Amino acid sequence: MQLTRRNFFKFMGATGASVAVLPSSAQAWQSKAPPDPYGCLVDLTRCNGCRKCEDACSTVNELPPPIKDVCDCTVFEKKRRPDENAFTVVNRYFSGKLDELDKPLPVFVKIQCMHCQDPACVSACIVGALTKKENGAVHYDVSKCIGCRYCMVACPFEIPAYEYHDPITPRVRKCTFCFDRISKDGGLPGCATICPVEAITFGKRNTLLELAKKRIKDNPGKYVDHVYGEKEVGGTSWLYVSSLPFSKLNFPQLPEKPSPKLSETIQHSLFSYLWSPILLFGLLGGIMYKSKKKNDNPQDKGGA
Amino acid sequence: MNHKASPLNRKFWTPGVFVMLVFMIAGFVSIIARFTGGIGYVSNLSTARPWGLWVGVDVATGVALAAGGFTTAALAHIFGCHSYEPIIRPALLTAMLGYTFVVLGLMVDIGRSWAIWKPIFFWNTNSVLFEVAMCVMIYLHVLYFEFIPIVAEQFKNKVRLPGPLALLNAPIDLFLKIADAVAGKIMWILIILGVVLSCMHQSSLGSLMLVAPTKIHPLWYTPILPLLFLTSAFAVGYPMVVFETTLVTSSFKLNSEMSILTPLTRITTFVLGLYMLLKLGDMFIRGTYVYLLDGTYQTNSFIIEMMFGIIVPWLMLVSKKVRQSRKGVFIAATMIVFGVALNRINVFIVGYTSPVSESGYFPSVGEIFVTLGLIATLMFVYRFVVTFLPVLQAPKEVSS
Repeated sequence: MQLTRRNFFKFMGATGASVAVLPSSAQAWQSKAPPDPYGCLVDLTRCNGCRKCEDACSTVNELPPPIKDVCDCTVFEKKRRPDENAFTVVNRYFSGKLDELDKPLPVFVKIQCMHCQDPACVSACIVGALTKKENGAVHYDVSKCIGCRYCMVACPFEIPAYEYHDPITPRVRKCTFCFDRISKDGGLPGCATICPVEAITFGKRNTLLELAKKRIKDNPGKYVDHVYGEKEVGGTSWLYVSSLPFSKLNFPQLPEKPSPKLSETIQHSLFSYLWSPILLFGLLGGIMYKSKKKNDNPQDKGGA
Repeated sequence: MNHKASPLNRKFWTPGVFVMLVFMIAGFVSIIARFTGGIGYVSNLSTARPWGLWVGVDVATGVALAAGGFTTAALAHIFGCHSYEPIIRPALLTAMLGYTFVVLGLMVDIGRSWAIWKPIFFWNTNSVLFEVAMCVMIYLHVLYFEFIPIVAEQFKNKVRLPGPLALLNAPIDLFLKIADAVAGKIMWILIILGVVLSCMHQSSLGSLMLVAPTKIHPLWYTPILPLLFLTSAFAVGYPMVVFETTLVTSSFKLNSEMSILTPLTRITTFVLGLYMLLKLGDMFIRGTYVYLLDGTYQTNSFIIEMMFGIIVPWLMLVSKKVRQSRKGVFIAATMIVFGVALNRINVFIVGYTSPVSESGYFPSVGEIFVTLGLIATLMFVYRFVVTFLPVLQAPKEVSS
């Protein structure tokens, strides 16, 4: 082993110098959420389950057409999830109340990517293929993706789907928030343009939050006092108001803390400017030098 | 101290090797299926369950069980305990092969295997996986470099290729000499770097799941998960060496190396004891012991991990009598290896619940074949290398 005093200090001096020129404080975690993103407010009391949003989504995103529902509402018999061929799906739940004809009153729930303000998938993505855009969209760039599926592990809403049956070039598939369309002035997401009952309102997230709270206040008893997405995992661009508690509609109950906060805090406090690995290297180098001096063993040649 | 590693020069094709070959073929067929029909064709992975056996075992467990490499290197080369040198080469070989197969396993698991180089150019420093990938990539090369002197020792000045390939003898020999000289010069950097990189990614493997707080069972989801992964990697390093050395020495009828293994397991009692205290302390501070009696498969898996993977082997190793018995040490070491492997499987597979769908997951036959095939290939290559390269200690009757 060619560890001489001179070599050791030369090496450590070089690494030490390169650290010293960098500012050396690991900063506390800060949200990277865009300040004024777009969002959509989904009013579940308005949705009538026509599934036109599914059609519009497929057309805009060039996906296979959604399941045709020829006979009466069989498509709602099974709870569906968004998948690689459908970025949004509508499911039916029952409120337990009856309408005038004594039929159970349904509640329809459209699901898609929530476009989190501090998305776990964006933090997780090994290559930064997923990014949170200023306009609110969580955007996927297939040209960087390696297919590790860590985004799917990270997502608290179980949204990103995968083309598991493509052997060579599978993609992560999820709602795009019609990024190209909403990037243009006056552009709306496909689903929001088509909704015949205005269950989906597109606009600035801050405006939508006020609108949601106004609806809840102006219609006492109609809504539960909860805007889903206001605080969940630090807030999402998509917001929901509902007459039924969200826990009964299969919405995951989530903490207010953004998912990436803990892992990013740990990573950055340990590895900012690689201070801890460099320190450890120096420490081990020192120990090695000392122990080598102590029992200088002629047999101790390199080569493990 | 007289130790000299040498090639075994034994018969290579034994019945055991043919058994390995069967698993290798099954794994190979499954991999072909994976690359023709897609991941979905051979596996039970889904939207709700994006990571399964391949990540939990081939990658996470593989990395943990390759910890023998850096822990023995630290002991012998950095802390200067030269009496442990006979186990360094086998541990280095295990680590080198282990990490190679981690990468091979990843190539099967990631959807776009051909794009595996992309993290080198597209960085996301917020991503724990990015850090793990960089460390594993660099460490793998460090391990290959550390292995050069072993190859050089065998073939320097002895490169004899048959037939027309003989033309290449001189250039290869020159290359070996240069590589050996370079490796010798920078060996100290490589050894320290190997330990640093290992500490980094062993701990960060634990941070991987921290980004999904709502999905991992509270028995495992703790902010000190990276610390637990690091201490368990330290703790499993020497038991893995014991496990492997005992298997190899009995299989090849070599010296049992007990004079080294006994003091080695003494170190393990301290590290494993620390790991046990951290695990128990974490459970009491966060109050997660309330789950212990709920009887779910997750809790049961945690109890098995704690009892048979940590507490029982620790109690065994505390006894000097056990540490001096070849059988006792082997059993305790095997239990620790099992415990750490189960911990990785628990964190990545058993403790994982998807938030919306019911995702009961059990690996498919295809997934199991791929994993077994990779393990069999690893053992096959290990056997090949120790047969022809100076890795293991020559048996006593020959060397003395």
